Amino acid sequence: MLRIENLEKRYQTGDLALNSVNLEVPKGQVMALIGPSGAGKSTLIRCVNRLVEPTAGKVFLGDIELAHLGASDLRRARSRMGMIFQEYALVERLSVMENVLSGRLGYVGFWRSFLRKFPQSDIDEAFNLLTRVGLDHMANKRADELSGGQRQRVGICRALIQNPDLLLVDEPTASLDPKTSRQIMRLICELCEERQLAAIINIHDVLLAQMFARRIVGLQLGNIVYDGPPEGLSPEVLTQIYGEEDWEATIEAAKDLDEDEAEAELVEAVDNVITKPGSTT
Amino acid sequence: MNQTASTRIWKRPPFIKSPILRWGLWFGVAIYLALAFGTMEIDWARAAEGVTRGKRFIMAFFPPDFSSRWDSIQDGILESMWMTITSTVIGIMLSVPVGLGAARNLSYRPVYLFCRGILAVSRTFPEIILAIFFVKLFGFGPFAGFLALSVGTIGFYGKLLAEDIEDMDPVQAEAIKSVGAGWLQWLNYAVQPQVMPRMIGLGIYRLDINFRESAVVGIVGGGGIGATLLTSFDRYEFDSAAAILMVIIGIVMVMEYSSGYIRRWVQ
Amino acid sequence: MPTQKIAGSRIWHRRTTAKQFAVWLGWLTGIAIFVYCWRLISEKTIWFFVTDAPKQAVDMAERMVPPKWSYMEVLWAPIWDTINIATLGTMIAIVIAVPVAFCAARNTTPSVHFVRPAALFIIVSSRSINSLIWALMLVTLIGPGILAGVIAIGLRSIGFCAKLLYEAIEEIDHSQVEAVIATGATRSQQLSFGIVPQIMPAFAGISVFRWDINIRESTVLGLVGAGGIGLQLDSSISTLAWTQVSLILLVILATVIVSEWVSAKIRHAII
Ligand SMILES: Nc1ncnc2c1ncn2[C@@H]1O[C@H](COP(=O)(O)OP(=O)(O)O)[C@@H](O)[C@H]1O
Ligand SMILES: [Mg+2]
Repeated sequence: MLRIENLEKRYQTGDLALNSVNLEVPKGQVMALIGPSGAGKSTLIRCVNRLVEPTAGKVFLGDIELAHLGASDLRRARSRMGMIFQEYALVERLSVMENVLSGRLGYVGFWRSFLRKFPQSDIDEAFNLLTRVGLDHMANKRADELSGGQRQRVGICRALIQNPDLLLVDEPTASLDPKTSRQIMRLICELCEERQLAAIINIHDVLLAQMFARRIVGLQLGNIVYDGPPEGLSPEVLTQIYGEEDWEATIEAAKDLDEDEAEAELVEAVDNVITKPGSTT
Repeated sequence: MNQTASTRIWKRPPFIKSPILRWGLWFGVAIYLALAFGTMEIDWARAAEGVTRGKRFIMAFFPPDFSSRWDSIQDGILESMWMTITSTVIGIMLSVPVGLGAARNLSYRPVYLFCRGILAVSRTFPEIILAIFFVKLFGFGPFAGFLALSVGTIGFYGKLLAEDIEDMDPVQAEAIKSVGAGWLQWLNYAVQPQVMPRMIGLGIYRLDINFRESAVVGIVGGGGIGATLLTSFDRYEFDSAAAILMVIIGIVMVMEYSSGYIRRWVQ
Repeated sequence: MPTQKIAGSRIWHRRTTAKQFAVWLGWLTGIAIFVYCWRLISEKTIWFFVTDAPKQAVDMAERMVPPKWSYMEVLWAPIWDTINIATLGTMIAIVIAVPVAFCAARNTTPSVHFVRPAALFIIVSSRSINSLIWALMLVTLIGPGILAGVIAIGLRSIGFCAKLLYEAIEEIDHSQVEAVIATGATRSQQLSFGIVPQIMPAFAGISVFRWDINIRESTVLGLVGAGGIGLQLDSSISTLAWTQVSLILLVILATVIVSEWVSAKIRHAII
């Protein structure tokens, strides 16, 4: 679905953020991109939908080459890629519904979007998605009235209503507490599964990456240094990605994950009985 | 801070550290004041006369005379209001494209420089000077005043709009870009919600400023209450002047009160 | 609610019907008012002059170049006067604005019911009257000249400075004042140790900011006889000496730019 060839990005400041990266993500695969801060994870994602202009290399979405598209073709290509941000990036003064519907902007004309007269099918889909993430009762709240976890759910809805082929996810959990982080990651992975989406998830938390992704790519100073299943993340590999550290504990924890998982779900189930769904996070 | 043998003396450290600079500054201020007062030509006898006139003027407020010039007061105030409203509306409408072009994060370099140029020029000259020229070009009457106030509004509002756009949250703007929105859609969904509340507040503030300014463009023939005020001062009709001033203050107070209310409402 | 359920599928509107109606009504009223005002203005306008204006403008511009540089000799004194009007006026304003501001701020006023309203009234009346109108008034009272200009600038600036200052006073960090109170300080000690240090930067910033505005405003006070370069502007325009007018405009431009630069520098140094 996504193929990246020799992608290079050098910022104007001179930093070489990506050094000839080659990567392929097939349909339906959720790939976690790990690496220390400054490794170039965000740059990679942003070069794909060209929020950052790559300096060299090619990016193919299906069989369309993205790196050299003109403005209107780029717009059409962007509407096929959903993006989820670390700080949620909701437009705070718009309502939840408007935020979700803004995901359809690439598909409707200016006047329709200006008058907020979206096709009924879009509105139905928006309600479906909001119901799916447990927020349909919040549709007319303003985005800045929501908690962090709720905002990220709205961000997910906005990305999915684009009906994308590819999901670009940049540190979705970095601003959330551990429990909400897991819920959000699970939600993203389930939705990718349901819709057979390819996804790149940037994440600095190795545990979460191992827990949810079947494929892990390690980035270090703009170079791919690991590409394989989560089980392959040995202390040597992690040292190579992140530098010297005691990794045994992390790996042990990863093995216990399944138990944690069950426990978290139990806690959540109890919460849901006590309070309304969706208002727990 | 200095230290003697037995006790330590503490003095507040002065704001300007270097004593030469500090004393030099005081000295400079003293010289400036001496020069300024020395070169000021004041006719003290005439100024002293002001005391009795001032008394008369203040007495004129109790009560002010609304009736004898009521027709021209009413005309002038209404004209001021029309000018205020039209110039605020037109000025803001014109300043939106200029402001968008003058926001660095949104426009191209040549457009940016051009728009910043427009803003700088329209901000430099006080409305009253603009009014003088517009009166020369377009003749006496409210149209000249309307133009002067509109130009002033463009400079004021366009600059603040551009700054507000430059200060907006880039992440929200990027998010709307990343869904494939067009430029106008992007303005409508990402920029407008972020800048709108403050810009509405500033628009009302500008309405307020334009009303105050509309009271003076009349002095040079630009229409509005200013002409009436000038006449009543020229004829030493202090009680009519007092009435006009009270009307102005009253309207400004009403506007200020309601603008605070509206600003809280749009937040 | 903006969401309704109709035949199984949920309809969403940005606003409820009533709200949407209110919005339309608001727009309609606004446009009606604007059109009404515009018609009244256009009735009082001689449109022939307006259509003729571009030609006039070109004509005027032609007569303005080149500026009469030799006239500069006459202008130095008015420039000096203009700066003095702004500076001395600002000083007077600050001296009066400080006590007014302390009386107007909720947390320092001696009496919320008597002193505060009086202080607020001073602020409002000073602010609602343009400095040119203050000048007009003072020229009638104490005669034309710089003195009228200085006082006019002073009177106009009191309200501005006092308003910004009292807002700064009301926004201070109260816990610092409480710490001073806790030491058993008297009211004046509370002022000088708890409040003054906190508002000092705001105070300096406000003064410089107002001085900058006052330079601008004092360039036009001469139009009503209150001294400064406006006098020359007025007489040059009335004698149709356009080459002098253009020089004066350039001088005003330069003065404004320099004062903006100076105030930016000073503010930078203080804060
Ligand atoms: N806008 C920018 N301008 C200049 N350099 C940047 C910019 N954004 C990122 N960089 C540099 O690129 C490198 C990679 O950054 P980034 O992609 O944000 O890493 P990550 O998301 O993995 O933390 C860093 O060295 C950073 O300093
Ligand atoms: Mg990053």
